[in-house]
Amino acid sequence: MKYDTIIIGGGLAGLVSGILLQERGQRTAIISTGQGALHFSSGSLGLLACDATGKPVEKPLEHISTLGASHPYSKVGAEKTAIHARNAKALLERAGVSVVGNEASNHYYLTPIGLFKPAWLSTVDSAVSLTPDGAKWGKTAIAGIKGFLDFYPGFVADNLARAGLKCDVVEITTPELEHMRKNSTEMRAPGIARIMHGDALVRFAKAISDAAPAAETVIIPAVVGVDGQEAVNELRRITGKKIICLSTHPISVQGVRMQLALRRYYEKIGGTYLLGDNVTAGYMEGDRLVAIDTANLGHGSLKADNFILATGSFFSRGLVAEPDRIFEPVFGVDVVTEGKPHDWYKDNLFEAQPFVEFGVKTDAGFRVSKDGKTISNLYAVGSILGGCNSLKEGSGAGVAIVTAMEVAGLLAPEKKG
Amino acid sequence: MLRNSGGIKTKANRIRGSRLGISCNELKDHFVMTNSIKPPKRYDVVIIGAGATGAGTARDCAMRGLKVLLVERLDFTAGATGRNHGLLHSGARYAVTDGESATECIKENMTLRRIAAHCVEETGGLFVTLPEDSLEYQKTFVESCQRAGINAEVIDPAEALRMEPAVNPDIIGAVKVPDGAVDPFRLTTANALAARQNGADILTYHEVVDFIRSGNRICGVVLRDHHTGELTRVECDIVVNAAGIWGQRIVEMAGAKINMFPAKGALLIFGHRVNNVVINRCRKPADADILVPGDTISLIGTTSSRIPYDQIDNMTVTPEEVDVLLREGIKIAPALAYTRILRAYAGVRPLIASDDDPSGRSISRGIVCLDHAVRDGIEGFVTISGGKLMTYRLMAEWAADMVCKKLGIEGKKCQTAEIPLPGSESKEEGDAHSRKHHIIDMSTDQKAAEGRHGTLSSEIATSDVDDALVCECEAVSVGEVNFAIDKLHVNNLINLRRRTRMGMGTCQGGLCACRAASILGDRLNCQQKALYDLASFVNERWKGMKPVAWGQTLVEAQFTSWLYEGMCGLDRYQHNEQGNNQ
Repeated sequence: MKYDTIIIGGGLAGLVSGILLQERGQRTAIISTGQGALHFSSGSLGLLACDATGKPVEKPLEHISTLGASHPYSKVGAEKTAIHARNAKALLERAGVSVVGNEASNHYYLTPIGLFKPAWLSTVDSAVSLTPDGAKWGKTAIAGIKGFLDFYPGFVADNLARAGLKCDVVEITTPELEHMRKNSTEMRAPGIARIMHGDALVRFAKAISDAAPAAETVIIPAVVGVDGQEAVNELRRITGKKIICLSTHPISVQGVRMQLALRRYYEKIGGTYLLGDNVTAGYMEGDRLVAIDTANLGHGSLKADNFILATGSFFSRGLVAEPDRIFEPVFGVDVVTEGKPHDWYKDNLFEAQPFVEFGVKTDAGFRVSKDGKTISNLYAVGSILGGCNSLKEGSGAGVAIVTAMEVAGLLAPEKKG
Repeated sequence: MLRNSGGIKTKANRIRGSRLGISCNELKDHFVMTNSIKPPKRYDVVIIGAGATGAGTARDCAMRGLKVLLVERLDFTAGATGRNHGLLHSGARYAVTDGESATECIKENMTLRRIAAHCVEETGGLFVTLPEDSLEYQKTFVESCQRAGINAEVIDPAEALRMEPAVNPDIIGAVKVPDGAVDPFRLTTANALAARQNGADILTYHEVVDFIRSGNRICGVVLRDHHTGELTRVECDIVVNAAGIWGQRIVEMAGAKINMFPAKGALLIFGHRVNNVVINRCRKPADADILVPGDTISLIGTTSSRIPYDQIDNMTVTPEEVDVLLREGIKIAPALAYTRILRAYAGVRPLIASDDDPSGRSISRGIVCLDHAVRDGIEGFVTISGGKLMTYRLMAEWAADMVCKKLGIEGKKCQTAEIPLPGSESKEEGDAHSRKHHIIDMSTDQKAAEGRHGTLSSEIATSDVDDALVCECEAVSVGEVNFAIDKLHVNNLINLRRRTRMGMGTCQGGLCACRAASILGDRLNCQQKALYDLASFVNERWKGMKPVAWGQTLVEAQFTSWLYEGMCGLDRYQHNEQGNNQ
């Protein structure tokens, strides 16, 4: 099968590139080993939440021009980064993901332990505030679910109280949840979300109203609406309250929702999403990659004019560490590391860890190289790029989206007008 | 068996109400109950150090009717007890070089199988000869074992492979010995519980900062509470120093001198049970020649290197140590080459110089029990040291014998080798406590808990809320966490890990630590303390992962920091004074 572009990796970066190329008339396929890192994220995306020292940033675009040369944003250029960031919201909306926030000023999302952290775009059901020191949610209650361990009302209430918002803590349950609890491993966020529709959702709403009759705002764990925002809207309608969903321990319902929406939209506009497949070999002609084998489709099965590597960081196996080297496992392309293995890791986990900044080597146009020679049609996007500490900066999602948009623009320029 | 048993359920339920904002004075009482003493603060004997030896000595003295206080500056098993192989030595390892230790080992090995059944796994052991080693040694080895009374049986290498398929198929010789696995955390906790059942008081996170003296007699200790900084004076007739390698400082504080030689041993933990039988290399003891299965994992060790005394609180594993452990370990069990390494850690063996040779050239590997009245003219002070985890009970017996002798108590015989530890009562006795007569009725986590706590697991509350899993890797339920908080001296996540294995599995706390911290925050009614504790726990896990940070271990580490720092913002909770929670 011949495509215009084949994308390896089906997370945020892969999906955004696929969607844009498909929208611009290309025939594309995405090969994804598993689920993307979005499944493990909160409902909030970061563009540049903090500077390199971990200090919160108010206006991310103003900071981007100060970043080092290796930073993916610097490679894209501050001006174009700003344009891509501005276009991101519309792209998410086209895929059916409603978000709040903008690239000019960060807002603040409530973390699972009750702190506020800067964010760029948050799903509309998220617990967010415009200021870093608390939210104006009126009379607020925190509703935990009996027997659900991945939500921490104690931490959240205590930290919100410290931020000046005293909340009642209540515990709710419904017959459906009682039934779920019979199996000790069942009570996880996506499991609950799967049953939260129809009568079960109505009873859940009623339980919220009964437990917190006086509250204007109720913070619940993000356990509704894997398929979309509708279930949360339904809760708001029934209770007449502002229901806000706080990220739970993974798997994240809000993250899965975003991933699913992007994937469905990509498929709807004609993209081919091959889930559960692996690239096993690549074939070069001169400086070009011309075909790949996959585990499911076999030898020489997939050809394309261009390829995008969006396989992520260590966590997604886009990079693999061995005792004495770090390599890219799909094509063995060149990787940039610094120092000896001993220097790659710091004693304190919360220190800036050097290994986080490692990534594949690219030229100015995001093309990777192997044995020092640029592969002219293989591009890298997203967290496999390295070049920055996306953990400290809170820039993982931003780098994924901005670099995917940049490379999509190189392969299929946006039609003017 | 435990006092107050049966009361747990109501109490746990009531305390869980704190989520609903109920006031928690009651919690403070609970907290104080498990970690404080009531006046009058006077004891027959104060024992310093809650490793296996100290806890064992407390049990022995308490069973002989003495009024006992056990004090520990950190947590149970925080020293060498919690940082070894977990090998139930048959003694074969020492047979060639140290016949006396070998004889003690095999005797204690058989005793522990009886009294500590729930801490012991009867895996059996092999001593295998690799092509590069000499079969000559095997002959000497078997003869020495027989002399020590260890049943060592030469078997065909092919049979050894059938017994343990993970063993290197190229072996040229194999000997079967009665090795096993022992969980030092459980063993120590069980001894402490037994001491408490017999009336002993226990204080963790209390450090002895001075002695109370009268002339040349020690007649008490001054304790500093690590949590509050408060000082308490406790009077007693005798102080037993069971502080292991840290005991040198205790002796110095008493005004005498002892020469200890810290020998560091590093080990690697593998992510699953590579082997089910202990595999030893049949050669002169050297680096990385024992692979021990324990619970859900396997352990290769150890190295041995002398370290300066001032480094005993600063154990890190070097890349060279990881290299040698892996290189040599693969020779015993080739599968180690492609098995995930969960973490690396190191402990300190407390070796003592013989009194007649203070230079340290002649080091005793056996048990050292010192009456400082005879040795240094200091009355009321005894040091028990040297020895091994395997001989902790015998060490405790020697120390308790000396205490009784000094107190002039006669006719109180040691019973610790006959009476089973709490959790290891006989089947019939155990069944009387168990609600669950049929294993088929038990959930996975209930079975896991029974494996960990033996008959005590009947005290773990079960309901659909209590059965919810906090730690999925090791199947630790909410009920078990609450049981540990109520009964097993748990103040923080590291305590909880040592009592239940929470966070010891493949995710290394990535998924369970926050759940457990949330329960602790509610139970101890201090959310901020729990969050600081969580941050230090996550960092403690990283400490062991860092020396082996590649492959899946690095993946887990990145996931952990992503989750806790990236998503939660836990990096705001870093302690300045790390180490106090160890």
